[in-house]
Amino acid sequence: MTPVPVQAHIHFAEAATERRDFAAIARWIKPGAKVLDLGCGDGSLLGYLRDALNVRGYGVEKDDANVLACVKNGINVIQMNLEEGLSGFEANSFDVVILSQTLQAVYQTEAIVLEMLRVGKEVIVTFPNFGYWKHRLNILWGNMPVSKSLPYQWYDTPNVHMCTIHDFDAFCVGHGIQVSERLVMADGREVGLLPNLFGNLAMYRFQAA
Amino acid sequence: MSDLSSVGIVIPQTAHFSEPLVLKSGAVLPAYDLVFETYGQLNADKSNAVLVCHALSGTHHVAGRYSEDDKYPGWWDNIIGPGKPLDTNRFFVIGLNNLAGCHGSTGPSSINPATGKPWGSAFPIVTVEDWVVSQARLADTFGIKTFAAVVGGSLGGMQALQWTLTYPDRVKNALVIAAAPNLTAQNVAFNEVARQAIITDPEFHGGDFYEHGVVPRRGLRIARMLGHITYLSDDAMGAKFGRKLKSGEVKYSFDVEFEMESYLRYQGDKFAGEFDANTYLRMTRALDYFDPSAECGGDLSAALSKVKADFLVVSFTSDWRFSPARSREIVKALLDNELSVTYAELTAVHGHDAFLMPDPHYHDIVRAYLENIV
Repeated sequence: MTPVPVQAHIHFAEAATERRDFAAIARWIKPGAKVLDLGCGDGSLLGYLRDALNVRGYGVEKDDANVLACVKNGINVIQMNLEEGLSGFEANSFDVVILSQTLQAVYQTEAIVLEMLRVGKEVIVTFPNFGYWKHRLNILWGNMPVSKSLPYQWYDTPNVHMCTIHDFDAFCVGHGIQVSERLVMADGREVGLLPNLFGNLAMYRFQAA
Repeated sequence: MSDLSSVGIVIPQTAHFSEPLVLKSGAVLPAYDLVFETYGQLNADKSNAVLVCHALSGTHHVAGRYSEDDKYPGWWDNIIGPGKPLDTNRFFVIGLNNLAGCHGSTGPSSINPATGKPWGSAFPIVTVEDWVVSQARLADTFGIKTFAAVVGGSLGGMQALQWTLTYPDRVKNALVIAAAPNLTAQNVAFNEVARQAIITDPEFHGGDFYEHGVVPRRGLRIARMLGHITYLSDDAMGAKFGRKLKSGEVKYSFDVEFEMESYLRYQGDKFAGEFDANTYLRMTRALDYFDPSAECGGDLSAALSKVKADFLVVSFTSDWRFSPARSREIVKALLDNELSVTYAELTAVHGHDAFLMPDPHYHDIVRAYLENIV
């Protein structure tokens, strides 16, 4: 038996909340769409979209245990490192390219977002909002934030590029990305008021300008 | 022996085909035999058959043993058997010796009925496409219309890929392991050196050495030594042999001094004693010629447009002879055709030979994939 990775425990513990993220993502995808999920983990989002919308899905994942989990879940998965680009995928070959809660864990952030815009007709990006009030409080007390949406200690986190909703809005403006929809959630519920303060998960939908 | 995960004692069988086989080269094989083994039970609707294709020096003896005290099992015994990744409790597995082989199927060392002498140089050159047609004829004898999966590593993986092209409706899944969509120039070059070693051996006699009662052993052993170098990674060789000396000190001679040399000579001698030189030439040529993209001007994606099967493509990081980049070319062409494909790029130290090793993660991937079919 290989040990279950820490992330898997978190995944199952938060499955209910995550399903609400999945449902929100699903609302932005047409039935039968061809979907690429970058950093697809164990394939649960693709599995959800397959069951809910009959999408034709492919995942990209570098971790061995996750690739195996995808194969067990019957998810088409391509084992590769996102950081090396998406040269194995043709331009405009997917209806939707998703980067779900992975943006904060990649080094080549700009390059990857641009690659998503090349490969997909539409792009969905979700990330934990560093500007969430609990995170701000953590910082105020002098600690790195640890929360349900950022469940890691500073020394073992896979996250390397944390950003706030304001930061990502500015990133989109700076890169000529026209956001068609933005949805901010906190623990599975939609946030309308002061999203950069009260939301812990940001979801963006956009097309190439 | 009470190994419950073994298919146990197996007996090879022979199928005779009297319908002539027109080969890709245009040559015709008037009749031929294929020797094969099967493991597990074919189910009533014949939907659980899996074909295992062998690589350059493989045989029909894929799993099990010939007797209780048989020292070695079949060449892929670690993956095939009851409860193993290719589970013979669920699947009916066929392994065969390909045409032009030297383990019982018709090949250059077989007697040519027209002359009463071994075929030798007169045996035609066969291709991966020819093998696939002959394998389909073998499937017909069982009434198998569609394989649940065709599985192969290296040259065997090329056959699995070719199956999905030649018979898109007769294969549901292809497991293409440590393979490539064609050989690189470097790979063709290695094959050519191996062939030249054989062809220039004075005992080769233009391929008709049988009637001289000799075997081109020197050529074969050099060919095999070269092969072994390319099947292993530099790291694996370093870990296994390093610069270790056989006697602990250099002797300023050309005898076996390094452990590495000892290993290569042993492998070369063993191979030269049991493999046919003409078969080796033909197996390497089949590798050289394989290139499904050629029909479409080098466009592999266009070539695979008729494929219907689902794929598991597997490569190994230290395999420099059939590198992961080559497998990724296959994956891209499958993606371009919106086919179901899973690609696992496995971290391995063993080089090309990794596909034969019982690595737990590798076997888990194959097991998980096969558990989701049928």
